[in-house]
Amino acid sequence: MRATVSRLRRAWARVAVRAGLAAAWVSRRSGLGAGSIIGGRVALALDPDALSRLAAGRCVVLVSGTNGKTTTSHLLAAALRTAGRVAHNATGSNMADGAVAALAAAADAEYAVLEVDEWHLAAVAEAVDPVVVLLLNLTRDQLDRGTEVRAVAAVLGAALVRLPRTLVVANADDPMVVWAAGMASRAHWVAVGAGWTGDAATCPRCGSILRTDGPSWKCGCGLARPEPDSWLDGELLHTAQSVTALDMRLPGRFNIRNAALAVAAAATLGVSPQRAATAIREIDAVAGRFAVIHRGQQELRLLLAKNPAGWAETLSVLEEARALLVVINAREADGRDTSWLWDVPFEQLPRRAIVASGERAADLGVRLSYAGLDHHTQPDPLAALALLPAGKVDVVANYTGFHQLLRRLAREAGTS
Amino acid sequence: MTNASTILIGLLLPEVLGTYSDAGNAAVLAARLRWRGIPAEILAINGDCTPPATCDVYLLGGGENTAQLFAADWLRRHTQLRHALSSRAQTLAVCAGLQILGQSIRDRSGHDHPGLGVLDVTTAPGRRRAVGEIVSTCAIPGVGQLIGFENHLGVTTVGAGTSCLATVLTGTGNGTRDPAGRRTEGVLTDRVTATYLHGPILARNPALADHILRNVVGADLAPIELPDQAALRRTYLGPLASRRGIHIRRRIPKPLSRQG
Repeated sequence: MRATVSRLRRAWARVAVRAGLAAAWVSRRSGLGAGSIIGGRVALALDPDALSRLAAGRCVVLVSGTNGKTTTSHLLAAALRTAGRVAHNATGSNMADGAVAALAAAADAEYAVLEVDEWHLAAVAEAVDPVVVLLLNLTRDQLDRGTEVRAVAAVLGAALVRLPRTLVVANADDPMVVWAAGMASRAHWVAVGAGWTGDAATCPRCGSILRTDGPSWKCGCGLARPEPDSWLDGELLHTAQSVTALDMRLPGRFNIRNAALAVAAAATLGVSPQRAATAIREIDAVAGRFAVIHRGQQELRLLLAKNPAGWAETLSVLEEARALLVVINAREADGRDTSWLWDVPFEQLPRRAIVASGERAADLGVRLSYAGLDHHTQPDPLAALALLPAGKVDVVANYTGFHQLLRRLAREAGTS
Repeated sequence: MTNASTILIGLLLPEVLGTYSDAGNAAVLAARLRWRGIPAEILAINGDCTPPATCDVYLLGGGENTAQLFAADWLRRHTQLRHALSSRAQTLAVCAGLQILGQSIRDRSGHDHPGLGVLDVTTAPGRRRAVGEIVSTCAIPGVGQLIGFENHLGVTTVGAGTSCLATVLTGTGNGTRDPAGRRTEGVLTDRVTATYLHGPILARNPALADHILRNVVGADLAPIELPDQAALRRTYLGPLASRRGIHIRRRIPKPLSRQG
């Protein structure tokens, strides 16, 4: 009897996964979407255990943090592909449904690299029992719909406590990450240098002001920067055994940091840093980010920046000779509150042709005026491009603005 | 070095009370002075220094719970600054800043923490967090409607002799009502403007910025026309206006992507 029930259950799980794949196919064919969300939802609705069943027996790595999840998971997936087949939620569908869809679509992959939204990490990790969790950084993002950064870190830490077999590969230079990852039973610390520190001036654990000394930081309560197991020096990643050059085609210091974390995580799974670095070197665009698109007389470079930390990194790759289009929306996936624009140091931007665009173009326009930057304002991004000169244009958009623009550009390219 | 006529804007504990980008209020005040030919300087006053008590304007922003209690303790320790806030300078206090200036702040476990006592208000946690756009009518003549984004759990009870900054049209604000039954937002004294509105509030409501600056400078100020400012106010006042039949809300296209 018991054998029959378990056989029926397995059969039902297969039906659930097939139904999900079918729904995804319909979604793609009808042009409604990439299919990963609807497919995962259907499978999860029919079989709530779909995620743990699909993950069973595979080497699963979860990638989480505020900024760089999509890029870093692409880099890590490329590195692990040198060792075997990899399931990966490459489109950035980073909740449980996206994870189910990615695993269902690659049933024979022995590895899985899953980008997971930091608010969903606890639930996904409990289902998949990951071999490695890679924690990048934790800063402010969408305060209106999420919760305070410390609360996110506390929930992450509590989830890691419940995963005694999991190795956490974590950024040693982000105090919020260190506090969360320090609760795990095993951690591999990677020092990649401090990025944006606007949310890390006070101790995540006790609220006192952190004391910094060169790259090191500590608090009177005992929380301190851990001794790194791997560390980044310029573009060189040092581990106990090797030194590897991370000469990337992706632009910016933040992508070198992403690469260091991906290569270090791959190394814990047996892929040598040298092999991993070779595999990621030639990647030049990730899910549309950093892509270069020719449109009329303009060459557009597409960049995604959705919060102050992401913008601080993005400002460093904006080239002086380029015109600039900035697209700001404030939908649920972007965060409804536009206040964060005032924590972006637009004052640092050298003069250039600029258009403020997106559904919150006026908020952005006011911000730019107070930063002393002359600009045009045009809510429609494609109409806004017409206000910029021919030649190279940097386009920086936040989440929904970026995806709307990608779709409109793709539609244009498809019909011309 | 500054000369005697430079207006000093003291941004208090930006590293602790910077969570909701209220530091932008300092940039707005400084720019609106400079555009009128009045020199202005922003001093970022961090927790590891003895705060100057000589600024003309002080700004307190929003912050997370642990940071807020740290800030309240820090302010109470610096008596000269405390004196400046209550007797001499102009102060804009937002969200956690409003609560810190009050008599007490109750935490979620029911424990009362002392505030600075500059304002006759007390704050306790509400049942659910107030998150979203808020529109209120400002009590200051000529300022009109205040627009901003609120994000707080605190419910603030205002003492009998204390005026509120505004009455709420949409949103939550203080979470309490005045004797006439109107929902209140913020606190207003001759020295302190306190509010739950982020945005930052002075970027969205330049008339309030100029009201504070008039108090600082002691004279009327020339008007400033800023591009995009009218469009910004339409963004947030449009839907409300449409309900009153003033103009029709522009349809916003449905989201194309909900991945995040």
